[in-house]
Amino acid sequence: MLWVDKYRPKTLDQITVHQDVAQNLKKLVNEQDCPHLLFYGPSGSGKKTLVMALIRQMFGPSADKVKVENKTWKVDAGTRTIDIELTTLSSANHVELTPSDAGFQDRYIVQEIIKEMAKNRPIDSKGKRGHKVLVLNDVDKLSREAQHSLRRTMEKYSSYCRLILCCNSSSRVTEAIRSRCLNVRINGPTEEQIFKVLEYIGKKEGLQLPSGFASRIAEKSNRSLRRAILSFETCRVQQYPFVSNQAIPPMDWEEYITEIASEIMKEQSPKRLFQVRGKLYELLVNCIPPEIILKRLLYELLKKLDAELKHEVCHWAAYYEHRMRLGQKAIFHIEAFVAKFMSIYKTFLISTFG
Amino acid sequence: MAPLLQSSQPWVEKYRPKQVKDVAHQDEVVRVLTNTLETANCPHMLFYGPPGTGKTTTALAIAHQLFGPELYKSRVLELNASDDRGINVVRTKIKDFAGVAVSSGQRQGGYPCPPFKIIILDEADSMTEDAQNALRRTMETHSKVTRFFFICNYISRIIEPLASRCAKFRFKPLSEEVMSKRILHIGNEEGLSLDGEALSTLSSISQGDLRRAITYLQSAARLFGSSISSKDLVNVSGIIPQEVVDALFVACKSGNFDTANKKVNNVLAEGYPVAQMLSQIFEVVIEDNDLQDEQKARICKKLAEADKCLVDGADEYLQLLDVVSQTMQVLRSIQL
Repeated sequence: MLWVDKYRPKTLDQITVHQDVAQNLKKLVNEQDCPHLLFYGPSGSGKKTLVMALIRQMFGPSADKVKVENKTWKVDAGTRTIDIELTTLSSANHVELTPSDAGFQDRYIVQEIIKEMAKNRPIDSKGKRGHKVLVLNDVDKLSREAQHSLRRTMEKYSSYCRLILCCNSSSRVTEAIRSRCLNVRINGPTEEQIFKVLEYIGKKEGLQLPSGFASRIAEKSNRSLRRAILSFETCRVQQYPFVSNQAIPPMDWEEYITEIASEIMKEQSPKRLFQVRGKLYELLVNCIPPEIILKRLLYELLKKLDAELKHEVCHWAAYYEHRMRLGQKAIFHIEAFVAKFMSIYKTFLISTFG
Repeated sequence: MAPLLQSSQPWVEKYRPKQVKDVAHQDEVVRVLTNTLETANCPHMLFYGPPGTGKTTTALAIAHQLFGPELYKSRVLELNASDDRGINVVRTKIKDFAGVAVSSGQRQGGYPCPPFKIIILDEADSMTEDAQNALRRTMETHSKVTRFFFICNYISRIIEPLASRCAKFRFKPLSEEVMSKRILHIGNEEGLSLDGEALSTLSSISQGDLRRAITYLQSAARLFGSSISSKDLVNVSGIIPQEVVDALFVACKSGNFDTANKKVNNVLAEGYPVAQMLSQIFEVVIEDNDLQDEQKARICKKLAEADKCLVDGADEYLQLLDVVSQTMQVLRSIQL
């Protein structure tokens, strides 16, 4: 088992990083007055862990018995029927799903499937009517229509169904939904907190940590606890006992982008652009999301640029990322950014060095 | 063991005024409508104003007071944005309902019961133009037996022919005193203790929107118990603490790109929503006396562009970084 899963806190009491939030949630459950919840925060900050612990607090250990189901739903959409494939993770009392998986058909998932799930009321062994919790991931990726349909579902079945929504940024969730939920901001853990967690894991695993090693991992993790633990484990596999100046391997795709960035810096020509295209395609084929590629590329380029150029480059990055979101094919826009960068940089070089 | 989650009613619903005269702060509207109650006659109406000022409340209250609980169902049709309101609905459902004749006015059980029906179209500004056009003739032909109440935020999105057929009422944002009074009343009923600072914070973060104020109050009460400080309210409302915004703006002024970049990264890691950040930067920029008008204008233009991009789903980090870098350039360009 990966350490990420092994040391994931199971109950609200075990949670160390967001203790205050956990205690507040516990209070909500104990007072039996739990509203709809919206968790938002950067990835690797512990949203999912909190949600799972919360569900456990509500329903007891039965919430741990989950089954994965892959089902095809037939949805009647006016003139034709659509087949939607959807993976759900469910226990007796809760269902977890990612409606945005269905792409542009997410509206039907919200209107039909979620409604159907919300309608069914679980009955416990004593014949008492229970409650149900629906966990929806990535609500910020839902389309506008889907979000609008969601708001009515939230009100209509609110007496026995609670929705827990998770997302990375709450700006993309409509005001109407936000105002119906209790918003919980989960910030990324600080480097100090990550450091403590790593030390704790090290102790549990019986590892010798050279001084400064854990804090270096924490520094490199970009305030994502998941990433920190993963790279910690990678280091353990690569070399143990640790030496104090052991290199922390970056993700391979990051290395790859660093390579691309330095190639772009070295030569600005159509030929180089063509070579870079091949590399970009390779990244895309390996399922690295295009916006992450663009962001990382910008990060790498900014490291090497003069202050004057930084403003312009970051403006164009924002511009092409926006375009990418509106368009269909990501490669065009990443490549356009690379070409634009080359032209800016070349002009700069010519004007300085003649 | 399944927990019992009480289906607690939102306070917004619980404390919704039931009678027109209880509606706070909208004196002219209340006066006209009280008159209506006496004479049992009214024109088509159009309520407009910012959210949370009592438009829907007023419309529902007048309908209830005119017809009473028994006749309400048969005499009032309520449609809001969550219902389908395309042109088909206007042509069939609304037209059918509007066409039904009603018995002439006799008072029943203490309610005026005027001889017409009411159709309430909530959030009418989200209706398509075609649907609005289809309503024009319907309004006139059935005016004997039907009154329309339109409710919207932006009167400019209602087509002129419809607007000119209605008596228009503007609902103004609630002033601080009125809001405080209402909040205190709710606080007393629910057994909350609120100090003066919390009250003024609540009025300022909700910006004249009473519904928002009450929702924040309830969330805070759920999380932090019966004594609520202004910090708790800020926490619940998702407003970014002023220090964070100021720190970012100071970083912009410093002119160092890397410092600013670090600050932007921090904002994202703390999980603050960028759309909120933009609107708070906007406030800081507007109130900053050191800036010249042209600088302000340029920054605001950039903010607007970034906001549009965010709505389109662009990446938050890149947009905020772009805004920050442009702001830095603007600040520098004129100082030099």
